Amino acid sequence: MPSPRRDFRFFKSLWSARPLLFSVVVLFATQYGRAQDTPLISGGVGFFTNTTGGSTTYLPIISPLLAAPIGDHFLIESRAALLEDFTPKTGGQPGYDHSHFIGLTYLQGDYIASPHVTVVGGSFLTPFGTYNERLSPIWINNFQDGPLIQTLGVMTTGVGLGGQLRGSAVSRRNFSIDYAAYFSARSGNEQFNSKRSSGGRVSLYLPEKRLEVGFSYGRLLQGTHENFYGTHVWWEPKDSTFRLRSEWARGQHAQGYWVEADYRPTNFGGLDSWIGRLEPIFRIQQTFRIDNVASDSLPAINTQRADFGLDYNLPHNTRILTSYSRQFSSSGNVNIWEIGIVYRFLFPAWKGKQ
Amino acid sequence: MSQTHLLAYAFGLSALLTPFLAAQTKPQGNQPASAHVEQKASTKQNSPIPHSEGDRIFAQNCSRCHTAPDGFSPNISGTVVRHMRVRASLSQHDEQELLRFLNP
Repeated sequence: MPSPRRDFRFFKSLWSARPLLFSVVVLFATQYGRAQDTPLISGGVGFFTNTTGGSTTYLPIISPLLAAPIGDHFLIESRAALLEDFTPKTGGQPGYDHSHFIGLTYLQGDYIASPHVTVVGGSFLTPFGTYNERLSPIWINNFQDGPLIQTLGVMTTGVGLGGQLRGSAVSRRNFSIDYAAYFSARSGNEQFNSKRSSGGRVSLYLPEKRLEVGFSYGRLLQGTHENFYGTHVWWEPKDSTFRLRSEWARGQHAQGYWVEADYRPTNFGGLDSWIGRLEPIFRIQQTFRIDNVASDSLPAINTQRADFGLDYNLPHNTRILTSYSRQFSSSGNVNIWEIGIVYRFLFPAWKGKQ
Repeated sequence: MSQTHLLAYAFGLSALLTPFLAAQTKPQGNQPASAHVEQKASTKQNSPIPHSEGDRIFAQNCSRCHTAPDGFSPNISGTVVRHMRVRASLSQHDEQELLRFLNP
């Protein structure tokens, strides 16, 4: 029987998610113009298991995303995470401990000021590298977990609270350049935890080569001021379903990189055949400590890791993610097995005009 | 079996069943844009020559990160495109072409 204390904790968590509830109320109270501009609800629901060194954890998660345009220039968007984490009890005790979390990942307002400038305000994903903004949603990422360097350059929390300018600086048929620049204030709020920082990213994309190269910079402006640098390279050869993605990031106390390659075999009936739905993935990553100051979330010692994944893209926006990883470090090597299933949903918030 | 285990398995079962239930309850009336996007995206995702400007923009800005959704209502195509304009830093021209691609 559920204890009253547990129920109380649940409602306390729900109360802490009141910004999310507020945004939902705003969303449903707003009037919308064009039929195509009906607010949407998207996101993913998943169930993940992770076995590290023989210890298995379970993670059921729902990550909804709301997007609501207002007029011709505004967009309000937000993503949240609702999860329950089941981990084995420590000290040789049988059974599992569990904890839950309900929180906003981001909540931002976007104003499209001109063809080249969009002004973003609120709580936003820090634009550093590619993982945080592009690959972190559970329905996009090829692996369950992010790369080891995912916290480097995004000021650990991955979220900024303040303003951002972004957009397409140049867009031609043979190249395009996009940019993002931000300033974030310091916030200890439970839902909008961020650090005082600034930075940005510039990317050059060559469509004919299908090559993207970008550079990121971030500066922590609280405590000991620190600089972060990063580069990313994405490449998708023509006439192929092969994809190569990579990032390198360097902070004051550690640096590292990851390179990920994945492939969809289309020679046996196309992407929708049972073979074409397979997606083998390989990722190699390394982290290096520059000193022993642990102000980032990277491993405390130099670490190497190889991830071998095999995903299966089922019909109806469902993916099965499986992977085996071997992590090497001087503190001991470890095997990591991960299995999960993710369903991606996308539908109008209401029926809308026809 | 402890209550914790039961809860974990219930969550897991729900996650497994959700896509199948959603497939069963998907309204047929909202198929046009969805079928259009899915079909175009899946058949042309790796095509050497883009079939249209919108097709090219979709391949370069959307399907580079994620596979095309199985489908969605035409009522949200404008919202999807505006979200992508901010997230992928699309130009105004690309936004318009992408909207045309999703609503031929």
